[in-house]
Amino acid sequence: MSDTTLPPVASSADTTPSEKRKTSLYRTDALTRKRNAAEARFKAYGITAIVIGLFFLVVLASSIILEGIPAFTRTIVQVEFTITEDQFEAAEQELFKTRAYEGFFIASLEEQLRQKGIDAPFDSDAIERLVGKTGGTIREFFRENQDLLGQPVAFELAASSRVDGYMNGRITRESIVDSRFLMKSDLYIVDALVEAGVIRNAFNWNFITGADSGVDNPGGAGIGASVVGSFFMMLVVLFLSLPIGVAASIYLEEFAPQNRITDLIEVNISNLAAVPSIVFGILGLAVFIQFMHLPQSAPLVGGLVLTLMTLPTIIISTRAALKAVPPSIRDAALGVGASKMQAVFHHVLPLAMPGILTGTIIGLAQALGETAPLLLIGMVGFVARGYPEGLIEGFTDPNSAMPAQIYTWAARADFAFYEKAWGGIIVLLVFLLAMNILAIVLRRRFERRW
Amino acid sequence: MNEMPHIDKAAEMTDSKISAKQVQVFYGDIHAIKDVDIEINPRSVTSFIGPSGCGKSTFLRCLNRMNDTIDVCRVEGTILIDSEDIYDPKVDPVQLRAKVGMVFQKPNPFPKSIYDNIAYGPRIHGLAANKTAMDEIVTSSLQRAGLWEEVKDRLSEPGTGLSGGQQQRLCIARAIAVNPEVILMDEPCSALDPIATAKVEELIDELRENFTIVIVTHSMQQAARVSQRTAFFHLGILVEEGPTQDIFTNPTDKRTQDYITGRFG
Repeated sequence: MSDTTLPPVASSADTTPSEKRKTSLYRTDALTRKRNAAEARFKAYGITAIVIGLFFLVVLASSIILEGIPAFTRTIVQVEFTITEDQFEAAEQELFKTRAYEGFFIASLEEQLRQKGIDAPFDSDAIERLVGKTGGTIREFFRENQDLLGQPVAFELAASSRVDGYMNGRITRESIVDSRFLMKSDLYIVDALVEAGVIRNAFNWNFITGADSGVDNPGGAGIGASVVGSFFMMLVVLFLSLPIGVAASIYLEEFAPQNRITDLIEVNISNLAAVPSIVFGILGLAVFIQFMHLPQSAPLVGGLVLTLMTLPTIIISTRAALKAVPPSIRDAALGVGASKMQAVFHHVLPLAMPGILTGTIIGLAQALGETAPLLLIGMVGFVARGYPEGLIEGFTDPNSAMPAQIYTWAARADFAFYEKAWGGIIVLLVFLLAMNILAIVLRRRFERRW
Repeated sequence: MNEMPHIDKAAEMTDSKISAKQVQVFYGDIHAIKDVDIEINPRSVTSFIGPSGCGKSTFLRCLNRMNDTIDVCRVEGTILIDSEDIYDPKVDPVQLRAKVGMVFQKPNPFPKSIYDNIAYGPRIHGLAANKTAMDEIVTSSLQRAGLWEEVKDRLSEPGTGLSGGQQQRLCIARAIAVNPEVILMDEPCSALDPIATAKVEELIDELRENFTIVIVTHSMQQAARVSQRTAFFHLGILVEEGPTQDIFTNPTDKRTQDYITGRFG
């Protein structure tokens, strides 16, 4: 924005004398130029700030997407084969039953490769490293679907996370160290499988729907159970903090007398909004778990803690929304003989609704992303091992929440979990985005009534 | 005050609808209204005039206890409406406000439909038994406020979409819909243009047949045009009160004369 600042020497030299004689509107005087320059500079600062902000946003979003997308896909080995009833009977007779099924699998995989004219040497250990213990899965399938015996069945088996890493370039031939998880030689088999077209990428539904897995099985880890945990927690937060928060704000704003006690309450609510969330966590641990003996790691307790955290946000935004309703509306209602409560509930509250809803959803979004207090009450990721069995269990069974799950994954040693953590962040952001859109939609809807 | 013998009440039923005696109003430590005594006649228009901050609006708001909503405000003395003390502990201000309606300085229709604006008061007071009765109340209120012809085809449109003058007449219609006996108007025309003002003044003149109207106004011409009696307030004191004619042509107090001739205020 240097185009608006003129050379100072020239301007002061020839405008000052002429100004004294007479001023022309065609000529910008020094003061106006200075003001215009200041304005232009300020605009430039503003644009710079926005550009910097956008830059970081783009960096953040792109890194999240680039790092997180692999978590949503997984490598699948597709093998088609047939087991006859005789083979089934024979396998069931054996001592190591799953071993027998694995034999079928390897045999048909070899057969498939041979048909395509590819010759790659592999043994059962290598297969186990690549796709895990396949025998169990296959046996389970045929025991449940005995009518499919004798028919060709296409099996899609998830490749191990190391193979995933090799397929998406995270692991290279150079970086690999021989271990019980993956040998250098295994990569030749993978290459052969790719050539034969039995390996492909597929969408990883298990990541969306599954529960957390053990530390040695990053491929099986999913965020589903903790999404459910978060959902039950949000239910608790919504149904406690909204009515309590709105009732408290209406009382404070419309009914409470202005005195030292209400001043004190007001100051303390503002202070509570600034209390670090971990403090609420330790409070929850002490009060809800150790004193009241509520179940540990339960979404109910998590929801209670987050309710305490969300309340100040809701109260502050609700009071602001109530304050913004013009007093003339209250006068109008009182003037026709409405009681104070009728004035508030018939006229003031509906007008404040958009503001209240926005505040509530922002509070909920904050609570959804909160991690620290959940760790203190034991809602860590690895407890999210399964789905709750029912509605009540949903509140009381140990579970985790999305951010806590992400934290747990990020803290694990296996690099494959790192990818899961990024993927989890994408899921979390999708939920937050959905909530914000909901806030905007509700706002629009209620505002139209004006 | 229902226990009061009937004869007594009748005897006390003098000409005045509202009778204020030694009214004092305090805002915290500030003594805003001092020793106001006034009698207000039924079915007539009484106007309060005076410079800004003289307490005329404050006194008006005492008449339907709208000052109750202000924490620091305190009222002393007695105000009788139909010989009943409205500051008696037995009186519920909500019930009082149904009897003493109010129209405010700035038109303040509810952000609802024109119909709902009118119907709100009757609805909360249970004045209409069914939809037909409610329609009847809405129609007649709008007719009495002279707004019916202008809005009869768009009753479901928001009241806030009307022009300023129409909004103010809507507020008057809303006030008369609950069938009050007294209507208080706090500078009802100060936000309106001359044509809208003329319409509202005309309306006030018509309403006089059925209601007792007290109006606060900044415009002396307006007071002269619409009111039968005028009260002049100055610095929280009721300086002079009498027939409008007399106040404007032959004021007894020097301050009234100064104000009317435009020497201050």
